Amino acid sequence: MNDEIAALTDALTRDPGSLAFLELGEMLRRRGEFEAAVGVSLSGLEHHPDLLEAHDLYARILADVGDVDRAWEVWEGILAREPRHVGALKGLGFLSFGAGDLDSALDRLELALAADPTDPTVVQALMTARAAAEGGVPVGSPELADPVFAGLDGAEQGILLVDERGQVLGGGVADERGEDVSEKSAAFLAGAAREAERTARLLDMGYWRWVAAESSGGNVHLSAPAEGSLLMIVRDRSVPSGRLAMLAARAAEAARTWLWEQQL
Amino acid sequence: MNPRFQQALDGITRVGGVRGAMLVTADDGLVIADTVMEGVRGNAVAALAASLMKRFRRVSAAASVGAPHFLHLQADNGTLVVVPAPNDVLVVTIGSPELNVGLTRLVMMRAAEVMT
Repeated sequence: MNDEIAALTDALTRDPGSLAFLELGEMLRRRGEFEAAVGVSLSGLEHHPDLLEAHDLYARILADVGDVDRAWEVWEGILAREPRHVGALKGLGFLSFGAGDLDSALDRLELALAADPTDPTVVQALMTARAAAEGGVPVGSPELADPVFAGLDGAEQGILLVDERGQVLGGGVADERGEDVSEKSAAFLAGAAREAERTARLLDMGYWRWVAAESSGGNVHLSAPAEGSLLMIVRDRSVPSGRLAMLAARAAEAARTWLWEQQL
Repeated sequence: MNPRFQQALDGITRVGGVRGAMLVTADDGLVIADTVMEGVRGNAVAALAASLMKRFRRVSAAASVGAPHFLHLQADNGTLVVVPAPNDVLVVTIGSPELNVGLTRLVMMRAAEVMT
C-alpha cells in the first residue's frame, strides 16, 4: 500500500488536477491518516468543486474524525444535487444508525439499495440495521470502552474479533489469572478457521458456519462474521453451548456493524 | 473389526442423521475402525477431523481453557463431531446439518469409554 500511496502522490504532484486524489484520500482515510486525508480531499475539491465523489470522500473523513454535523451537511448537500447518490445515502444511513435513529437509517439504506442493488456494503448495512431494528444489535454508544462489542454481555473479555491474518480488531480474551491472551489466541485463529473451511469443503459439507470446542476450563466458539474476519467467544463451562451459540450470533451482528462502519 | 469397536460405532450410527462414525488415531488421522454410509470418504473424514482437532487444541491452549473434550463443526450441508478417547484415539461422527448433536455426543462419549 505504501507503494500505491507514493505512486498516487507522484501523480498528483505531476498533475494537481488529477482525479488520483480520490483514491489517495480514501487510502489515507482507511489507514487512519486523517489529517493527510483531509488535506488531499480539500485540495481535490479546489480543483473539482462540482465533483460529488470528492464531497463524499470529504464527508467520510469528517465522519471518521467525529465531526458528525459537518459530515451530515456535506452529505445532505450532495443529495440536494443528486437524490440517488449511494455514498451520501449510505453515509447518512450510518450517521442515523450511530445516533440510534433506526427508522431514518433504514429509509436511507433502502434508498441506497434501490439506487445500487449490487453494492455489497449497502446490502450488509441494511441487514445490520434491520437486525438492530428487531432488537438484535445495540446501536449508538460509540464512546464505550470497546467500540466493537459495547453493550454485549461479557464485552470486556471473552469476545475477540481478528482479521484473516490473526491481528486483533476488537474485544479481548483473558486467562484465569486475568492476563490478556488476546494476541496469543488470535495467532492461532486464522489457521483453525482455514482448517474448518478446508474440512467442510473437502467433505462436501458446504460453507462452514462455526466450530465449538468444549474444554475443562471453558468453551470456545469460532465463526467468521464477515469476509476477512474471525470471531471467537470464550466462556466458562457454566454457559451451555446453546447459549454460547446465541451470544456468538449477537456478537457476530455487532462485529458486522462495526466492520461496515470501517468500510464507509 | 473388533466386536467392541463395532458395537460402539453401531450405537452412534443408530442416531438419526448420522452418515458415518469411526475411530481414528489422533496423531495422524488414520482409520482404526469405521461404519460409514456409501459415498462417505472415511479416510478423508478421519484425516481432516484429526487435523481440525489439532488446530483447536492450539486455540484452546492459547485461550487457557485446556484441551477440548468435544469439538463440533457446523456447516451448511453437514455436521462433524469429534470426541477424544483414551490412548490417543478420536471418535469421529459425520452427519446431516440437522443432526441431534446432544444425543450424538452422549453415544460418542460412551463409545470413547470402549477405548480404555
